[in-house]
Amino acid sequence: MSAEAVIMMLVAMAILWGGLVVAIIRLNRHEPPTLEEIHRDL
Amino acid sequence: MTVAPSPDAEAIKRGAFSSRKVFILAAIGSAVGLGNIWRFPYVAYENGGGAFLIPYLVALLTAGLPFLLMDYGLGHKFRGSAPLSFARLRRGTEFIGWWQVGICFMIAIYYAAVIAWALRYTFFSVDKAWEDNADGPAGFFTGDFLEVGPIEVSTDIVVGVLVPLLVVWVAVLLIMGLGVEKGIGTVSLVLMPVLIIVFAILVVQALLLDGAADGLDAFFTPNWDALTEPGVWVAAFGQIFFSLSIGFGIMITYASYVHRRTDMTGSGLVVGFANSGFELLAGIGVFAALGFIAQAQGVAIGEAAGGGGVGLAFIAFPAIISEAPAGALLGVLFFASLVIAGLTSLVSVIEVVISAVRDKFEMTRIGASLAVGLPAALVSLALFGTASGLYTLDTVDHFVNQYGILVVVVVSMLVVAWGVRALRSLAAHHDVYGSLKLGRTWIALVSVITPAALTWVLVDSFRTEIDEPYGGYPQWLLNTFGWGSAAIVLVFGVLASLVRWRPETSLEVPPDVTEETTR
Repeated sequence: MSAEAVIMMLVAMAILWGGLVVAIIRLNRHEPPTLEEIHRDL
Repeated sequence: MTVAPSPDAEAIKRGAFSSRKVFILAAIGSAVGLGNIWRFPYVAYENGGGAFLIPYLVALLTAGLPFLLMDYGLGHKFRGSAPLSFARLRRGTEFIGWWQVGICFMIAIYYAAVIAWALRYTFFSVDKAWEDNADGPAGFFTGDFLEVGPIEVSTDIVVGVLVPLLVVWVAVLLIMGLGVEKGIGTVSLVLMPVLIIVFAILVVQALLLDGAADGLDAFFTPNWDALTEPGVWVAAFGQIFFSLSIGFGIMITYASYVHRRTDMTGSGLVVGFANSGFELLAGIGVFAALGFIAQAQGVAIGEAAGGGGVGLAFIAFPAIISEAPAGALLGVLFFASLVIAGLTSLVSVIEVVISAVRDKFEMTRIGASLAVGLPAALVSLALFGTASGLYTLDTVDHFVNQYGILVVVVVSMLVVAWGVRALRSLAAHHDVYGSLKLGRTWIALVSVITPAALTWVLVDSFRTEIDEPYGGYPQWLLNTFGWGSAAIVLVFGVLASLVRWRPETSLEVPPDVTEETTR
């Protein structure tokens, strides 16, 4: 494989698979607001 | 008209996913379909290789994900199938939901046929059945297997297709009859991890083949000049839209089954990146295998790919299976992946129709599954279990995608953004529990950027159609099964929206999540 192809492969993996990992972590860490908090902000 | 039922009563009546995880897996199962495996790798290769990543990411972030969140918003806020959600949004927009239902019915009847082909090829792979044909895999596929005759409407039944097609429909009817959680949810929970494992083994096996590095080189080497070609950007936006299962009611329907206190924007990011992540994995596996066969046969990789799509799966891959060490295993893994990916997508497509029928006519789950599934299966068997199945399928697929899905997507975006001006309320709905807050950027993307990009895709496609009739098929075939299919789903949408809702179905907007403590 050419160096250019290897770099593009790594970039694609980092963005798409890395993006997936970040999205999953972000989703799991997100604490949904309680109903009390929601009503306090209304 | 009745008042809006309580959220719990409606969940019991309509069915619901038991958790966020089940919903996400079901949504990924819907998005990851045949196109991820056989369409994306070739589209990327043809449109700049590694450089395609740039328009692809732009399309994902500026059009695909924003529109996905609009679909989620409609289903999650209005708690209904596509027609019911649109009817609750504004009574006059209900036809859009039925238009989407018509498209899904049309897609289901031919999509099942392709799954049936893949199912049969899973078994053909074991003994490489195509090797007996003097013309190789191509001759076997169109001759021995599909028994393709001249381009005409044929009533000659092809038993080898009819039987697996029947098996697929029986499986689908069973899943649908079991309901949202026990049927769709369980299938997604089991089959999605299986798909990932099976496909990962396939990719590893493909990477170990001679010539795999050449295949990856062809797939990833960037052609930066391609970025100046409008056609490459059109291909990227088209790929994202067809791949994400957005715009034809699936995500509206699935979102209506999710608990009201769910982070829908965070879930959307996971679904979007999982879908694209799988496409990348498919590209690596498919091109590693193509590199092997190109080297073995001394041909260019583009030539070995068989034009992508059906040619890639049923002609190019059998050639690889014949030549590769442990080719039978590679074949079983590849076609089993197609069957699994296809089945979880087909289930989501047919659910759009069943959910709409249930909402409109207050039918039981099993009643609606039979009322939708049996006619769909009969039409599917009649059209695609015959010797003219390949031409009909290819034509219906092209026109329903290009002039069904794309048109309804543009119309729905314009109606929601400009006609009803509902984007602010959808953003506010998402923001209550969403981890990703939707601001002006999202509204601008959905109301201006995405419709403009898709109109561009549509015009470009229409121009090509005028210059060169699709597939070189005769005009009567294109008019009947092509333009006819695209037109009939719109007419169906308008007519179905004129049918009155049952008095038990409330068209009131359900109470928002912020009002829950009062109930």
